[in-house]
Amino acid sequence: MEKHILLRHRDVENIHQLDVYLEHGGYEALKKCVTEYTPAEVIDIIKAANIRGRGGAGFPAGIKWSFIPKQAPVKYVVINADESETGTFKDRELLTFNPHQVIEGALIAAYAIGAETVYCYYRGEFMDIGYNCEQAVLDLRERGMLGDNIFGSEFSCEFHNHYGAGAYICGEETALLQSLEGNLGQPWSKPPFPAVEGLYSKPTVVNNVETLANVPPVIMNGAEWYTDMGTEKSPGVKVVCLSGHVKKPGNYEVIMGMSYRDLIYGEDYGGGMLGDRAFKAMLPSGGSGPVVTAEALDAPIAFEGLDAHGSLMGSASVIIMDETTDMVWAAMKMIEFFKHESCGKCTPCREGTFWMNKLLHRIYEGHGTAEDIKVLEDVAKQIKGKCLCALGEFAISPVLSTIAHFLDEYKAKVQVPA
Amino acid sequence: MSDQVTLSIDGVEVTVPKGTLVVDAAKRIGNDIPVFCYHPKMDPVGMCRMCLVRIGIPMFERGTGEPVLDEDGKQKYMFRGLQTGCTVQVSEGMVVESNTEVVEKARGDVIEFLLTSHPLDCPICDKGGECPLQNLTMRHGEGTSRFDFSDKLKGDKHVPLGDLIFLDRERCIQCARCTRFQAEVVDDPVIAFHNRGRRLEITTLSDPGFDSYWSGNTTDICPVGALTTSDFRFGARPWELKPSASICPHCPVGCNLTFSTRREAKAGGKQVIKRVMPRQNEAVNEIWICDKGRFAYHFVEDGERLQTPLIRKNGELVEASWDEALALVAEKLKAHKATAAGIAGDRLSNEDLYQFQALFREQLGNGNIDLAQRRLAGGDVVAQVGIAKGSNLLDLGAGDAILVVASDLHEEAPVWWLRVKQAAERGVTLVVVNPRETRLDAYAAHTLLYHPRKPLETVKQLVDTAKVELDGELDGLQAAAQALAEANNLVAFYGYEGLSYEETDSLARLLGNLLLMKKGDAVRAGQKNNGLVPVWPRNNTQGAWDVGLHPAYGPGYKKLAKAGLAAEGIYAGVAGGTVKALYVAGSDPIGDGLLAGRGNLEFLVVQELFLTATAQAADVVLPAQSWAEREGTYTSGERRVQRFYPSIAAVGQSRADWQILAQVTEQLGGEKVPFAASILFTQLAKKVAPYKGMDYRGLAKVEKQWPDVGGDDLYYGGNAYNNGSGLGVQWAAEAESKSLEAYKVSDVEANKGKGIQLVSAPALYRTGSLVDRSSVLAPRMAQPEISFHANDAQLLAVEDGDRISLRVNGQVLTATAHVNGQAQAGVAFLRGTAYQPTAVPQRIEKVSEKEA
Amino acid sequence: MYGARTLIAEKYAEEIKTILGRYPNSKSAILPLMHLAQNEYGFMSKEAMQEVADILGLDPTHVLSIAGFYTLFYEEPVGKYVLEICTDLACALRGGDEFLHMACDKLGVEPEGTTEDGMFSVKHVMCLGACDKAPMLQCNLKFEENLDEEKFDALIARLREEAASGKRAPTVVEKITSYAKDGE
Repeated sequence: MEKHILLRHRDVENIHQLDVYLEHGGYEALKKCVTEYTPAEVIDIIKAANIRGRGGAGFPAGIKWSFIPKQAPVKYVVINADESETGTFKDRELLTFNPHQVIEGALIAAYAIGAETVYCYYRGEFMDIGYNCEQAVLDLRERGMLGDNIFGSEFSCEFHNHYGAGAYICGEETALLQSLEGNLGQPWSKPPFPAVEGLYSKPTVVNNVETLANVPPVIMNGAEWYTDMGTEKSPGVKVVCLSGHVKKPGNYEVIMGMSYRDLIYGEDYGGGMLGDRAFKAMLPSGGSGPVVTAEALDAPIAFEGLDAHGSLMGSASVIIMDETTDMVWAAMKMIEFFKHESCGKCTPCREGTFWMNKLLHRIYEGHGTAEDIKVLEDVAKQIKGKCLCALGEFAISPVLSTIAHFLDEYKAKVQVPA
Repeated sequence: MSDQVTLSIDGVEVTVPKGTLVVDAAKRIGNDIPVFCYHPKMDPVGMCRMCLVRIGIPMFERGTGEPVLDEDGKQKYMFRGLQTGCTVQVSEGMVVESNTEVVEKARGDVIEFLLTSHPLDCPICDKGGECPLQNLTMRHGEGTSRFDFSDKLKGDKHVPLGDLIFLDRERCIQCARCTRFQAEVVDDPVIAFHNRGRRLEITTLSDPGFDSYWSGNTTDICPVGALTTSDFRFGARPWELKPSASICPHCPVGCNLTFSTRREAKAGGKQVIKRVMPRQNEAVNEIWICDKGRFAYHFVEDGERLQTPLIRKNGELVEASWDEALALVAEKLKAHKATAAGIAGDRLSNEDLYQFQALFREQLGNGNIDLAQRRLAGGDVVAQVGIAKGSNLLDLGAGDAILVVASDLHEEAPVWWLRVKQAAERGVTLVVVNPRETRLDAYAAHTLLYHPRKPLETVKQLVDTAKVELDGELDGLQAAAQALAEANNLVAFYGYEGLSYEETDSLARLLGNLLLMKKGDAVRAGQKNNGLVPVWPRNNTQGAWDVGLHPAYGPGYKKLAKAGLAAEGIYAGVAGGTVKALYVAGSDPIGDGLLAGRGNLEFLVVQELFLTATAQAADVVLPAQSWAEREGTYTSGERRVQRFYPSIAAVGQSRADWQILAQVTEQLGGEKVPFAASILFTQLAKKVAPYKGMDYRGLAKVEKQWPDVGGDDLYYGGNAYNNGSGLGVQWAAEAESKSLEAYKVSDVEANKGKGIQLVSAPALYRTGSLVDRSSVLAPRMAQPEISFHANDAQLLAVEDGDRISLRVNGQVLTATAHVNGQAQAGVAFLRGTAYQPTAVPQRIEKVSEKEA
Repeated sequence: MYGARTLIAEKYAEEIKTILGRYPNSKSAILPLMHLAQNEYGFMSKEAMQEVADILGLDPTHVLSIAGFYTLFYEEPVGKYVLEICTDLACALRGGDEFLHMACDKLGVEPEGTTEDGMFSVKHVMCLGACDKAPMLQCNLKFEENLDEEKFDALIARLREEAASGKRAPTVVEKITSYAKDGE
């Protein structure tokens, strides 16, 4: 009995092999699409299922696909496998162990928008997990399931794997496309949106790995099956990356709506806090989502689940911190990350992350003043709403949310109270 | 749908073309939204975030399209957060808020961020005083910074990116104007960002570094003092500098320049040129100049400039007074009236050249005058079908075509190369016809190659094919011909690479016929944005034709009943003794190998800046002023008459060429000397028909240009100067007012004979009596190179990279050989040598090193 | 990363052809080619940059620019084995920092340093996408997870042995590139 929709390799051994995948219904969805549905019908199903972007932004995939101009002669589908957010490791597992489901989803997307080429852009550090997907592509090509006239239809499509070389920013879709074109991985100011001018200035859909993995089961089971699961605004299942101070860190496929408390303490999930220490705080979306405290534990895992707590589910990279965690240190760690990963293109992010990092180090190392805390907060607010892409906007949340919840910890570190 | 959009910025309505960016729309109504990374000549990138504004879009009911109204019955707007005004295009009914507290706070915030990394070294910074960051800090920044000084990242302050440009890493604000200029504008991407985040810095790995024909422009558009030229850095403070307008004297483009000068103690309190900058002229050079134009001016202040007249006494040239020298010249010319001849250089001004021909024709009654060397013919054709008055290469776009024949614009006229390249990028169909690959080919829709043995065959075919309608599968030439025939507007550039002088005359006529073809009901020639552009070898060859510095034409293209001696005839006469007195102005025929020596001359007078080889052989040497010391006009290849102004005091006792010539004229009994160049020009304009009605005041007229560059808001377009001194006047070609017959083109025989045809390939930095004196340019002079086809190389036993000596036409040349596929069989391209090959195949002989 | 130092254009002619065939614009192949060049020469030397530039017809300045932007390219020589240890928040909560210092102490280097014998470089890096298996590292791009001191010692011993034997397993870059060998 298969328990998983996405992490199917946990139920079916060797599903990364084409034969095994085929034995278990693989590529039936693609076949159905190209032989039974028009591209518009495929888009309608995905729209009806309301598969929201699993990279974190939650934008509905079907709507994204529908933005692609139909007449354009050349279009692309690009899989965003630049999974680099602190605490995120779900796409890695999917691509390593269940690559065909992702490829199938991408090919369905290509059929739906009329693309003849799919690129899968991995972060460079994922080269070591690319073998199964590389082999999958070779196998598909050999079987005639990639290339011209797939399943005897008019649909022809190619699939290529591409590896980055170490840059978190390439997870931002326009930066990813720049990188794929051989340029610096710096985002561009939208518009133009990739749906209009994307890869090589052609209309392009960029979807997250997990988003695309949702597509084949939705095609096979229908939109209603999908929307029956989860919450009204966040249907379906979500792979949650659980890390930090829990007993059993790892990926968990959950139906949207489950509480964070169940995720952390449930026997089938996190199994409780490491060393049974007390829960202190949680980062629900890696470094990008504001930190929340125990108050938020009963909130549902859903795109809208943390609205009331001023945070967001995002990519569901849940980092758990226990009572021993120094929250100034945690903020500093996250800002180091953002400073390191700032591409430098826009002023507020480039200068602001650098400045916040300096301030946090000073405060953490005990040389700070109360004024530094004030400046730190000001700098974060000063970055807000001014950045070219979301990275800079994300970079302020560790600072503002830790100051909001743990100001005492900051105050305790500054030498002379002002 | 209308192509105009009306929006409101801070309550002020403005109507601008669709596609206009918010910052540009604001600029139209005098609202200076501050920018750093945005530049009106480049695509927006939205990096610096300085131009953040609040933008509202009117809301409409979905379905009905009715406006959504608020409680007061007023239009409701959808606002997002702050948006960059440089990346957002205007839309109908848009409202922009650029003067609110929120916007002002955002500007201050961005300034504060920029200053956390920027050093406060304005007092020692070259940009201080004309610095966008400094100005915008004064306007929007806080008085104090909360950034802890000890946190400041230190960077290298004197990084040579090449020999020409230095980088101060601390001052750089990562706006990418320079890298985008090099990559997008001039396609020479030799600088780029390295690292990322706060460590982002400009670097190069190119060989030899940041060494581009365009590098100086990056220092103009750099919004801080990060990039400086090795020529100007630490040279002066901007507020000490006095601008004066000039025209570049190095090629036929006629780029508008500004000299920045200041008085210096070491020059005895006189004005000294500190730098050369572009001056905006959107119809000529926009806001760009090449590095030759920027750095070659140093000859002006060279210590070897002639200071006084010299007269040969007892075999030696000795200092003399002007009175003595002028009297001697007049006396000798009078003595040899019928046997005198004149050779002038086409770098002289219209006034100089006009006065030169007047002296000969009116005082000596002889028309033996010519330019020292003519490489390109067809001035008479240009006068008829030249690019029409009011044309601007910027106006050409999709549906139009540009044809370039026998010219390597990148080396000969860089700004034309740039403007043609950018036109092609805007959608103009570019057709390039040359004897070898050039840097323009990359942007061409069609490139055709001709063999210099029969250079006109291809062009003739092209023009003939353009006359017939074609269907079906087309070959390259047919497709090119069709594109030319179908173009809405057609501009044709022509030069002389691989052509004899006679062949260039036929080329001009062939292209003239192409332009005289009908497009629809009318011929193209004479219509705006159509016509012929000669790529003259010098800045004022056009002017020389116009004012009658030609043995066969008087002023204004008046065909003379009896032609005087042309240069070849004069040189032969000097050798043979039929020419007894020779007047040389602004050229060095002996140094250039055109004239063997003074031959049987009885008198030789030379007016010059330097003691050239010809001057050394002279009886009288008259010191002339450089163009920086005087005023005058040049006429560009697009027939734009442009004025230049004096910017520094005369060197020594030197006088303007026209003035010297006028004084000689007076001594010979002619009219009294005009005391000002402007008066001489007015006289000239009466005699030179196409210049009718022109005067210095008219040439000095300006009008508002777009984009608005060089005003107080230095941050918008960079430090190029705006144009307050004249946009020049383009004169109308004959085809604009009358219909013309097709030209007869003489059948040009293909060159016959054996041997290899040597072709001179141009180089921007080629050695010459003036440019050699710029220490910045001297090391960049093209070195002697010769490229062969593999077959010819084999016959001569030459290998790629060999240093070889060759005997050609009696001369021995030493050059580095290339066998790199550039040359066709039977052709060898010679670059970087003074030797000018004739357009006839030569027997080339390899000689031993010893012999060389 | 072993220094066989053959021109990659010759050694990987077939693979490069396949890789170039994947893109409508050859510039897109810059990262795959730079990975290959670094694998071949041990680091992104100026010569390696020039070689990639030559293959793709780019100005070498562009290759330098790319090398500087992406963290996986090393512009200075590094050890035979580059150990990239994650000390980002999720790993740090499970001992990432302590593991880094332990590793540095064992090898006698500072973070970002290289052992005197040129065998190991240790770098601390941002999230590698293996937070549930912390402490972890990548050795020449190969994941080594759920580490502790004992496992680290074993890893180092294995690598030293491999180096001494002169034999080696294909690197991650070589393994991935081998899929391009079959052509497309």
